[in-house]
Amino acid sequence: MNQTYYLLRNREIPDIDQMAVYRAHGGYEALAEALKQYQPEALVDLVKRSGLRGRGGAGFPTGVKWGFLPKDGRPRYLVVNSDEAEPGTFKDRELIEKNPHQLIEGMIISSYAIGATEAYVYCRGEFLYGSEQLKRAVKEAYEAGFLGSNILGSNFSLNLFVYRGAGAYICGEESALLESLEGRRGNPRLKPPFPAVAGLYGMPTIVNNVETIANVPQIVTHGAEWYTSMGTEKSPGLKIMSVSGKVNRPGNYEIPLATPLRTLIDEYAGGMQEGRTIKCIIPGGSSVPLLMPDQLDTPLDYESILQAGSMLGSGGCIVLDDTVCIVKASARLVKFYREESCGKCTPCREGTYWNADVLERIEAGEGSERDIDLLMDIADNINGKCFCPLGDASIGFLVSAIKHFRDEFEAHVREHRCPLGAKVYDTVNN
Amino acid sequence: MKPEWKEWAHEAKTEFPGANSALLPLLHRIQQSEGWLSPETLADVADLLGLSVQYVESVATFYSLYFKQPVGKKVVHVCVGLSCMLAGSDELMHNLEQRLKISQGQTTPDGAYTLLEAECLAACDLAPVAQVNLRFRGPIQDAGELLTEEVSS
Repeated sequence: MNQTYYLLRNREIPDIDQMAVYRAHGGYEALAEALKQYQPEALVDLVKRSGLRGRGGAGFPTGVKWGFLPKDGRPRYLVVNSDEAEPGTFKDRELIEKNPHQLIEGMIISSYAIGATEAYVYCRGEFLYGSEQLKRAVKEAYEAGFLGSNILGSNFSLNLFVYRGAGAYICGEESALLESLEGRRGNPRLKPPFPAVAGLYGMPTIVNNVETIANVPQIVTHGAEWYTSMGTEKSPGLKIMSVSGKVNRPGNYEIPLATPLRTLIDEYAGGMQEGRTIKCIIPGGSSVPLLMPDQLDTPLDYESILQAGSMLGSGGCIVLDDTVCIVKASARLVKFYREESCGKCTPCREGTYWNADVLERIEAGEGSERDIDLLMDIADNINGKCFCPLGDASIGFLVSAIKHFRDEFEAHVREHRCPLGAKVYDTVNN
Repeated sequence: MKPEWKEWAHEAKTEFPGANSALLPLLHRIQQSEGWLSPETLADVADLLGLSVQYVESVATFYSLYFKQPVGKKVVHVCVGLSCMLAGSDELMHNLEQRLKISQGQTTPDGAYTLLEAECLAACDLAPVAQVNLRFRGPIQDAGELLTEEVSS
């Protein structure tokens, strides 16, 4: 199908990760325009008018967040969150590996807008190549005069640092990320104060997702009206959806918001593989409740997905086909949260262990009828009782799975086996 | 303590002078050359950065990519995220365990391979995906291809 790329121009421009190629295709012209044509406040206003919302998962309006910075003369920081680790989400990896200059240009413009003189991009430890790509591109940007002192002859100066985490999903939570960036364990901080008031090194800090900041040069180039011409009034613009599962073309797709879920799966991702039908869909990363096949016409925007009972989240769309055992899928996701819980809050630390245990025994055919209610009870004891969203995230899929597929859970208990014949390998150390 | 570590600590502190921000980069760099972080190494790092040993241990043990035990020459991380599970990561892990004659979490007796589970590697388009010394490999059609390929560290 026809696709016009803005964020994923790397798909049609080979070697756009190189400075010369990026510039040959208009790269860093948005930066020059921003520095010449805009006062910082006017840029914040532009981003506000574009309606751009945070693409990391929460969907908070970016320009509004920028406006939270106190005007008290303290140093400010921009921190870009590239700790992408939400199961099913893989858009930021492509953005930093294939088009690092787009992010860097967005970071320079955003730093100018918010008055930051230092900017950091925090990559998850597993993004070794991505962080190498960024470091190389940052070096090119310094050499070209886009970073450092008096950028393009202006009064604006910026230093940009690439920081690598070391393996911890929780560091995608913004306050845990800041802890990690300060050389500590990645335990989330109590909020308030929010990072905009007391963030990195105690200073006012804006934390934005990679995709959010990658949008900024496009908005400067094409204008706020261009951005609001796509999507809906409350969810304008473009979103990258990561599609995985048994579809013909798993991958990242850049869509105007409010594109129907069915279009994403059938047209962009090439539909289901032969012989497979959709059992359910996780529309926005592993933390969100599932959607059923009769909800395929739901438009992919923040409000519509919420109304349908789920969340757009990070845009990680996992399509589960009818051969997938819902108990095994639930067990796998809960185990993920068990592994990644930082251990600070008891409901999350203990609850994810209990739920993972119970799910594993149900899948192994050793569960009892009571176990299904036990899962719901534990979920209820996690819900809303933790410091950060990880605990709640661990039950989103599980609770919706029990709601829609309770009979499948019960069949496991009744038949003392997995009715779908899902194979469980014993990978426990022996 | 290796002589060059002092220089590395200085470089990390110069680039990231705030709080303890130099710690993670320094641990990465030393592990890159040593393969893993022994208790002695962590004590040296504490010394280099003016931190307590307990503090450095508490940070090093929080993050899964800092190895607190010796690892093989090639560290194979098999992604076991949901998308990879749907694409056969359980079978991939099982095959690797059979071929290497170890369980996940273990290192082959000759020190060639360490086999580890990875939580979602943010590469579901390459499912089932793995990393060999943190370099992405996927989609993996056959467990053997992960083990025959020459991979630079």
